[in-house]
Amino acid sequence: MKKLVCLIFSATLLAGVVSAQVLINGAGATFPYPVYSKWFNQYHQKFSNIQINYQSQGSGAGIRQVTEGTVDFGASDGPMNEDQLKQFQAKRGSQILHFPTVMGADVIAYNVAGVSKELNFTPEAIAGIFLGKITKWSDPELAKANPGVKLPGSDIVVVHRSDGSGTTYVFVDYLSKVSKEWETKVGRGTSVNWPVGLGGKGNEGVAGQIKQTPNSIGYIELIYAIQNKMAYGNVRNAAGKFVKPSTASVSAAATGSLKEMPEDFRVSITNAPGKDCYPISSFTWLLIPARIQDQAKKKALVDFLRWMLDNDAQATAEALDYARLPKAVVAKEIKAISKIQ
Amino acid sequence: MPTSTSIAEYARPSERARSFLSRLRGGDAAAHLITFLAAASIVFVTGWIVFELYTNSVLSRREFGWSFLTTQVWDPVAGQFGALPFIYGTLVTSGLALLQAIPLGVGAAIFLSELAPSRVSDALTFLIELLAAVPSVIYGLLGVFVLIPFLKTIEPAIRRVLGFLPYFQGPFYGVSVLTAGFVLAIMVIPFIISISREVLLAVPADQREAAMALGATKWEATWDIVVPFARKGIIGSIFLALARSLGETMAVTMVIGNDPKIHASLFAPGYSIASVIANEFTEATGDLYVHALIELGLVLFALTFVINGLARLLILSTTRKGSS
Amino acid sequence: MTARLVYRKATNIVMLTLTGVCTLLAVSVLFFILGYLLWHGGKSLTWDFFTKLPVPVGETGGGMANAIVGSAKLLLIASLIGVPVGFLGGVYLAEFGGSTFSYIVRYTTDLLNGVPSIVIGIFAYTVIIVRQHHFSTFAGGIALGVMMIPIAVRSTEEFLKAVPNSLREGAVALGASRSKAIVTVVIPAAIHGILTGIMLDLARVAGETAPLIFTAFGNQFWSPGWNQPTSSLPVMIYTYAISPYDDWHRQAWSAGFVLLTLVLLVNVFSRLILARKGHIAR
Repeated sequence: MKKLVCLIFSATLLAGVVSAQVLINGAGATFPYPVYSKWFNQYHQKFSNIQINYQSQGSGAGIRQVTEGTVDFGASDGPMNEDQLKQFQAKRGSQILHFPTVMGADVIAYNVAGVSKELNFTPEAIAGIFLGKITKWSDPELAKANPGVKLPGSDIVVVHRSDGSGTTYVFVDYLSKVSKEWETKVGRGTSVNWPVGLGGKGNEGVAGQIKQTPNSIGYIELIYAIQNKMAYGNVRNAAGKFVKPSTASVSAAATGSLKEMPEDFRVSITNAPGKDCYPISSFTWLLIPARIQDQAKKKALVDFLRWMLDNDAQATAEALDYARLPKAVVAKEIKAISKIQ
Repeated sequence: MPTSTSIAEYARPSERARSFLSRLRGGDAAAHLITFLAAASIVFVTGWIVFELYTNSVLSRREFGWSFLTTQVWDPVAGQFGALPFIYGTLVTSGLALLQAIPLGVGAAIFLSELAPSRVSDALTFLIELLAAVPSVIYGLLGVFVLIPFLKTIEPAIRRVLGFLPYFQGPFYGVSVLTAGFVLAIMVIPFIISISREVLLAVPADQREAAMALGATKWEATWDIVVPFARKGIIGSIFLALARSLGETMAVTMVIGNDPKIHASLFAPGYSIASVIANEFTEATGDLYVHALIELGLVLFALTFVINGLARLLILSTTRKGSS
Repeated sequence: MTARLVYRKATNIVMLTLTGVCTLLAVSVLFFILGYLLWHGGKSLTWDFFTKLPVPVGETGGGMANAIVGSAKLLLIASLIGVPVGFLGGVYLAEFGGSTFSYIVRYTTDLLNGVPSIVIGIFAYTVIIVRQHHFSTFAGGIALGVMMIPIAVRSTEEFLKAVPNSLREGAVALGASRSKAIVTVVIPAAIHGILTGIMLDLARVAGETAPLIFTAFGNQFWSPGWNQPTSSLPVMIYTYAISPYDDWHRQAWSAGFVLLTLVLLVNVFSRLILARKGHIAR
């Protein structure tokens, strides 16, 4: 008995002995979680001593945790604003760098009985629904964009994020651009005061909620709608065309912004001009401190960034229906990596 | 006179105790000191918790003062935080839980103490107390996959019967304060049953006998004599159940709908204090936001503190034991 | 037979039957929960669940091996905090108690017991995580340990107090010092109750989720040592249950099955021991 206890005890102690492992922790956006979890898994298969643990808790958590210093890097689809950048500088004593990883789309997913084909949504319809002013599926605003589709007269159940979310940021950023009322009444942010609706936690939670709730509508990242075989609609863009969200239409949204891409990569590509752009597209960023004390961690992160910008990793992302980064952005990023000290 | 063999019998498992003893070279003083330190550390840690809650909510307390408790708005973008929707959600779900748990719980306790033969009573109580051991997240799991679909099927029936009341109007999405109330009811029933049964059993037999001798039926004896005698303890168990349901986090978070607004209808989603902290704490950006959430924690702490205190008072005065 | 008597007799039968119905409802809820979880969880359980790590989101397969180990590690740390403090505190209250200080300790213990688990999570976050600048198994274990203390105190005190004074007096009469009497006579006499109380305590914190979200965080890989974030069963159940992926739902059921089975086994086992070693009344 004593021997067994000793054995168990020493085994657990050994569990505490850390080999030459590099353990990196990150938190943040659920938007790119499917591709991040795939990447970090692949990277670990390749370099078994490097473990990049990523918890998808929402962009708000990513920004907060990296600012507090409780994780090594964050991830967000809503770029940090000036206040947040200043806070990071004040708390951590260095800058925070944004590195775009992929681009994705916020799609309008819905669960309406009898409607299996893609619905067309106008900006007015989306704003109206999420403001709580359009309450029924049979509303004329929806009907006129979808001639020939039998929309039921039932109430629309709005689903939004209950947690701090970059997916939300992208969505409300778009709404603020297309609806003056939204901009003044609700505004932008990773967590907003929603006029109506149920809250789901993470993209996963919202998708789950929509799936379980008849006549519901919500905004989720494209891959979540595809993986869960959910219906999602086309959105009318700034050029007046109803565009289906896809890697192509998301990439189109990015090309317009390439000329004015700022040094820190913080740019919004929602409601981009251009006839094939999907209007609710966005970059998503890894938030990495400019100064990393631990040399091993720094090297691991830098190596990962280079690997991530490479063709194979970007192809993996594409297979998951994210749009790969434009070559110009990749080139710029490779230069920017040297900013990490 | 206790023989050395009977003491030795109890001392035999004390191999460990003997080596422990040899370290207590100082004997009584050392033992007293060590155990005293342990006891003192409990007081210290509890005080520390209150301290941390208080100091880490200072920004929010300064900014909003007492109006924090009466403001309905929870707007992180505008930096406006008010606790009222969460206090409302917490109280309503707990209230619903008690509404269901009290009749069922006290009824079952009466059955178990007065009617069931003692072996059956013990066995059934044992089983019911197992319910109290089921982790909250598992109640949440069952709530999401079993209760919500079930409620969705019976909701039209409820609406037909009670739909004239504002409490049962409006759309029903499955997640709602009603659902949360149901889950909480199941979670707190074992406490009410267990404690009420104990206080009922503690009522002296002569009370019942006297009632019977005067010609009362079993029910009359129970309801008019025994239950009032045990009333304080039963109420204490209800307060205990209430305190438990106020602080319940996971099960509620999974079924309440996460909507920080006050709706009259029970079919509507809501938000409880514990749920909003669980959902938003790790991601609240900005110190004011974090402090507001911690202030909510302080409010919850204060609520449970008061109610637990009342519960203890009532139960202690009835069972007259040092602990229950 | 007057009408009043008939009424009273009828009320008698109806109300007593109702109480029976209440009991039946309460018990059947338990059986339903157990049965549903056992059936649904049991059929989803695969060997992979115990041996594999989670796979990237959206893919099927994988398991929760790291969560099981993580929970075990968390409970280990929790017991290192909760057991000594709770046990020694209970000894103090039972053997050296009686003063105002004891009253304060008992009151505070009850207070600590009533603190919602989410508040303990906040506490562990502000006190450990913020200062250490990382999430860790250690912090999660501390949060759970703090939650363990009140019940450990209460059950230790209760079982020590139930030991008849004649044993203490007998030991002292034979020349033992107070502490010797406690250690060699009183504690061993109560040890069954104390140990089962601690086991029940562990079973209770094993299912706690809320404090872990802020402290142990989560980890899709193995968590080496004690200073890294770790996955745990209850948190995985929560995360997977609210997701839209059917495979994750299946895994959540399996995890719920494992967790509930462990918790209930400990509970049933403990109470049977307590009932068996009858001289320590329940």
